Amino acid sequence: MPAPLTENSGRPAVSVLAAADREDVPSHAINLSALPQAQKRLSLDREKPCIEVHGLNLYYAEKQALKNVDMLLPEKRVTAFIGPSGCGKSTLLRCFNRMNDLIDDVRTEGEISLHGQSIVGKEVNVSELRRRVGIVFQKPNPFPKSIYENVAYGLRIQGVNDRRTLDAVVEKSLRNAALWEEVKDRLDDNALGLSGGQAQRLVIARAIAIEPEVVLLDEPCSALDPISTLKIEELIYELKDSYTIIIVTHNMQQAARVSDYTAYMYLGELIEFKDTNTLFTNPSQKMTEDYITGRYG
Amino acid sequence: MAIGTIPQHISRQYDNDLEHIRTRVLGMGGLVEQQLIDALRALADSNTELGEKVLQNEYKVNSLEVAIDEDCTNILARRQPAAGDLRLVMAVAKTITDLERVGDESEKIAKMAIDLAEKQGPREYYIGIGAMGTFVRRMVHDALDAFARMDTQAALAVARKEPDSDEQYDAILRQLITYMMEDPRNIGGAMDAIWVARAMERIGDHARNICESVIYFVEGKDVRHISFEEIEEQLRTSR
Repeated sequence: MPAPLTENSGRPAVSVLAAADREDVPSHAINLSALPQAQKRLSLDREKPCIEVHGLNLYYAEKQALKNVDMLLPEKRVTAFIGPSGCGKSTLLRCFNRMNDLIDDVRTEGEISLHGQSIVGKEVNVSELRRRVGIVFQKPNPFPKSIYENVAYGLRIQGVNDRRTLDAVVEKSLRNAALWEEVKDRLDDNALGLSGGQAQRLVIARAIAIEPEVVLLDEPCSALDPISTLKIEELIYELKDSYTIIIVTHNMQQAARVSDYTAYMYLGELIEFKDTNTLFTNPSQKMTEDYITGRYG
Repeated sequence: MAIGTIPQHISRQYDNDLEHIRTRVLGMGGLVEQQLIDALRALADSNTELGEKVLQNEYKVNSLEVAIDEDCTNILARRQPAAGDLRLVMAVAKTITDLERVGDESEKIAKMAIDLAEKQGPREYYIGIGAMGTFVRRMVHDALDAFARMDTQAALAVARKEPDSDEQYDAILRQLITYMMEDPRNIGGAMDAIWVARAMERIGDHARNICESVIYFVEGKDVRHISFEEIEEQLRTSR
């Protein structure tokens, strides 16, 4: 017979009842309202739009690469584009800073605006647009210059040559790109000597040095090892406080890890676009479900 | 693994997510324990008001279970946790189910307390039930403590108490059966008391399940449905 029962069983009934423990409050009683609230459920309806796309069609000569895409990309969030090869996700991404202009025989219809300003017409100053919308490619492409000059490059071509300003911007950008600690003692070394992961973070530092509004990342991690990949992902998470980030990735798990919103594209069409939690736990389209569960693609 | 700590990931957000569910489980545990304390006190003091308070707060336990479940689902979908992280998420998902059931059983006890206070029925049926309530409440408390510190030895110690709560239940049952045999008019009141004892016995089971989840998380060993000696043996052998 266990101790507590024998201890009490001899007493009259009423006092046994009164023996219910009354001394203490649970030691684990955490004030739930004091806990950080669970991240508020994200919803596109509550976001401030940064880039708006309406009725976008894009043709490479005769081949239609984007079909009537409509979407609002939210500000200061990470949006990921996923989909099988050739679905148009990189093409769409490149529309946002007019990189497609560099390809012959490209024709676009429809409207894209950045903070309400159209970015598709002939009258748009494309260099200015690319200053506001930076891009980082799959393969790290540092310039064959020193680490310092790589980051300072954007400012130099804007005519900024004041050493103190440049020093400050270089340090801040490298810190924000989580690279400062690794390179601060060798800023004058050639950037081509950096490892792949470091070079990619350098390129991101170069992109953010000119304070863009949007950072486009076109498969930024596919040439990197897993640890560098995680570092870049952590960096993306930190950058979204200051920048709108749009990332194209072949790696669905990466989209799941880093993004707030995910768009699934297939054969040039936007199939589903919603917050990442919902898209990865309960997609509304059968095609999306098949893709993210590995049944197609 | 040091007790109560999880080594850091490269992704700090991932650490935050995992820490967040752990903290919320403890918050839920505190709430459930408070519900149980209030239900037992309502029973002991015939305090209808306190019993009503337990019924009113039950929704908080339920909504926490739903919220933590969703957090776990999102972590599984977004992070594909492996090894210890995966075991943590699994252990949390099971623990909150057990906690929610403890909340349900507390609700039953509170309902009985309200009924009993209104009926003003004879109290001799409740001999031993107060002590049993204290006993299982201690089990829940210690199980949550083991969870907070991720302490397998403490978890095993709590699990070992579970057969005692079964014995107490049997003893109470035997006693109540004699009352019922003496006079069939006792059956109604005695049945109520049996339901309360039964709820307490279930609470003991859930506390044990929580402890088994703790051992699963820390040691990666499934210790359900095996004897205590075997559990000890498992804890002695290294992974």
